[in-house]
Amino acid sequence: MKLHRKRKLAVILFVATGLSATVGLTLFALGQNMNMFYTPSQVAMGEVEVGRRFRIGGMVKEGSFVSDSDSLKVRFETTDYAHAVPVEYEGILPDLFREGQGIVAEGSVDSQGVFSASKVLAKHDENYMSQEVKAALDASGASTANNSIQNNSER
Amino acid sequence: MIPELGQFSLILAFSLSILLGTVPIIGAETNNFLWMSLARPLSAGVFVFLAIALVLLAYSFVTDDFSVQIVAAQSNSLLPMRYKLTALWGGHEGSFLLWTFMLAGWMLAVSMYSKSMPTQFVARVLGVLGILCVCYILFMLATSNPFERITPLPPADGSDLNTALQDFGFIVHPPTLYMGYVGFSVVFAFAIAALLSGRLDSAWARWSRPWANAAWAILTIGIALGSWWAYYELGWGGWWAWDPVENPPLITWLLGTALIHSLAVTEKRGVFKSWTVLLAILAFAGSLLGTFITRSGLLTSVHAFASDPTRGVFILGILLLTVGGALLLYALRAPLMKSELGFTLVSREIFLLTNNVLLVVSAASIFLGTLFPMVYQALTDDLISIGPPYFNAVFVPLMIILMLFLGVGPMSRWKKTSTEYLVKQVSRVVVVSLMIGVVLPLIILLEFSLAATVCVALASWIVLTIGKDLTNKIANKASVWSGLYALPLSYVGMMLAHTGIAVMLIGAGLTSYFSLERSVLLGPGEKVEIGSYAYIFNGHEEIRGPNYVGNRANISVLKNGNEIETLFPERRIYLATGTPSTEMAIDAGFLRDLFVTLGEQKEGGAWSMTVYVKPFIRWIWLGAIFMALGGIIAAADKRYRLLRRREQENYEKKKAPSDLQVAS
Repeated sequence: MKLHRKRKLAVILFVATGLSATVGLTLFALGQNMNMFYTPSQVAMGEVEVGRRFRIGGMVKEGSFVSDSDSLKVRFETTDYAHAVPVEYEGILPDLFREGQGIVAEGSVDSQGVFSASKVLAKHDENYMSQEVKAALDASGASTANNSIQNNSER
Repeated sequence: MIPELGQFSLILAFSLSILLGTVPIIGAETNNFLWMSLARPLSAGVFVFLAIALVLLAYSFVTDDFSVQIVAAQSNSLLPMRYKLTALWGGHEGSFLLWTFMLAGWMLAVSMYSKSMPTQFVARVLGVLGILCVCYILFMLATSNPFERITPLPPADGSDLNTALQDFGFIVHPPTLYMGYVGFSVVFAFAIAALLSGRLDSAWARWSRPWANAAWAILTIGIALGSWWAYYELGWGGWWAWDPVENPPLITWLLGTALIHSLAVTEKRGVFKSWTVLLAILAFAGSLLGTFITRSGLLTSVHAFASDPTRGVFILGILLLTVGGALLLYALRAPLMKSELGFTLVSREIFLLTNNVLLVVSAASIFLGTLFPMVYQALTDDLISIGPPYFNAVFVPLMIILMLFLGVGPMSRWKKTSTEYLVKQVSRVVVVSLMIGVVLPLIILLEFSLAATVCVALASWIVLTIGKDLTNKIANKASVWSGLYALPLSYVGMMLAHTGIAVMLIGAGLTSYFSLERSVLLGPGEKVEIGSYAYIFNGHEEIRGPNYVGNRANISVLKNGNEIETLFPERRIYLATGTPSTEMAIDAGFLRDLFVTLGEQKEGGAWSMTVYVKPFIRWIWLGAIFMALGGIIAAADKRYRLLRRREQENYEKKKAPSDLQVAS
């Protein structure tokens, strides 16, 4: 019986060491790779430090989209209808990117308050608004106004 | 009229599943043979009425009955017939009906292929599956009725199937994924039936092994199809994004992989009994978690359905009820599951335990990363996202360790393996794999790369240890062929699946490190160079399809100055919604994929586009095919059926006295 117990203990210790090591590493990795999310108002008011990676979500402001004619650079403003933040991106935008649609962009903001995006996401379901964008609009109290805008743009 | 008949059929299936979820289980508890024997006909009944409901819903889609809400929301009169039919699962309600139908399909399969199992056990298994059916159909009837009508004024035309879904991948990926997902309910039901009966010997493990293997194989294919589809349809050239909705299938798959290995130990050696039961419950919980995440709208993802919070609460209720109930039963029966640990620290049992620990830990870390944003938001009210770097940092090292063990595990023996024996077996293999790992990438790349060396060395390690094990197995046979012929199917399945891991590793590793990608703006006649390839834009033409218009570009691909392929990427505008969609053009190859996605035309007439070279990407899905084949072959092993018959005779013998009592 004693030997049997010893073995059982060894197995349990083995599993516990493995588990705790991974949990430690996992939590460390989580802390390193967390992207905070901010609304255009928060960014416009300078709540985010310059150069830090984060996500911004809002609607693409009507009439703000400018596409460079001889490179892949694009520039638009993302807004929660309280404040707008200029966004620069170089690359091909997702299919569903349109003015008046919700987007989420990942990148960082410079000292002039311009957000340079390394990734722009637009959702695949037009009826579906991402949680981030919805939160941004709710925070600025514009979500109902936005719905009517979205509906108008579809008719 | 037709949709109402469908609804009626759904209600009939509901009533029958209530009977199925109660009568046979009570019968099994009270030894009432008649009640137990109702399990099979009731399962068939539930299946038939769910099938009728599904066919009638499909009929509404095919005949453009836009008075049915989901037809109006997901279909359009211009939609090609194949998409009209499959638009059924393009939204929440219809896809849940498909999900439930899959469960009924598995139920029917269990009732047909369980002739050799004891009646009492079958009654309990089907009864548990019946309870799941009750939950799912109730969920549909209460919160998401697929037959809901739009009254009083139905729209003249539907608002179309999401353009990203109008593709072959959409026809095959959801049904396969659901079938694999739901398959783990069967193993769950076997485990619960074993817990209910209190007979947690190796018999239940033997009975559930083929089902676990089959569900696992189908889930593998389902996930691989999703990855392949995302790769060519979404147009960002990726095959795995660690998207919150991709993760639950992977979590389920990892737990399922742990389960099929742990079932082997429980069956062969009678140990890890309680752990195996727990894994069966967890794998099932993983599949429900997937449903919950997709349908509750709690997480942001490309897969999320436009959602309604009551559904999330309802699914959470089902999750708590079934998994909570199962865990409670598990706790009550825990004393029955004692097993003697008759093995030493170097034995096949320990290697399989290591496999299980690594797989479960990786599943847990993915679970943590997926749900962490949700928990964080609940605690701090701040929104965060966890990106691929987290998942790669945690998952990749765990998989590397797993693959190191994968080589020695199958070679080791039950109970006790001498370390010297293992060292003698693998020492040459280690040297050869390291040599291949260093030399092969050097020849191909002409430079040293640690990533390529690790990938190639690990893959060679896996393949060579399998080869070594195989030569050991057939060494004593008269000829190679008779040796191969004598191998049990379950062993052949394992070899294939493990080879699949090696193949997938090569694909995933080399694609991740050596893919090339460039976004450019090209006018007609202009050229972009990428690696040893050059892409020339020859111009574009306007095109018109059944439900879209658009542009098609003509692009020649040159390798070292010789033209090897012409690619035609498209940019479409779907007429019903005005949604743009890119159709990438791919030249698929065994050693590399070349592809182009078309962006948009800028003012000067030039087009924005992204060109890619993806080495070995096909190997990812080839590996998955190997794994799934392995699973199917192992599930087909005759041994399970033969042993099952013998097992049943024993079971019946032991049960005989109580059966007699009932008879008298």
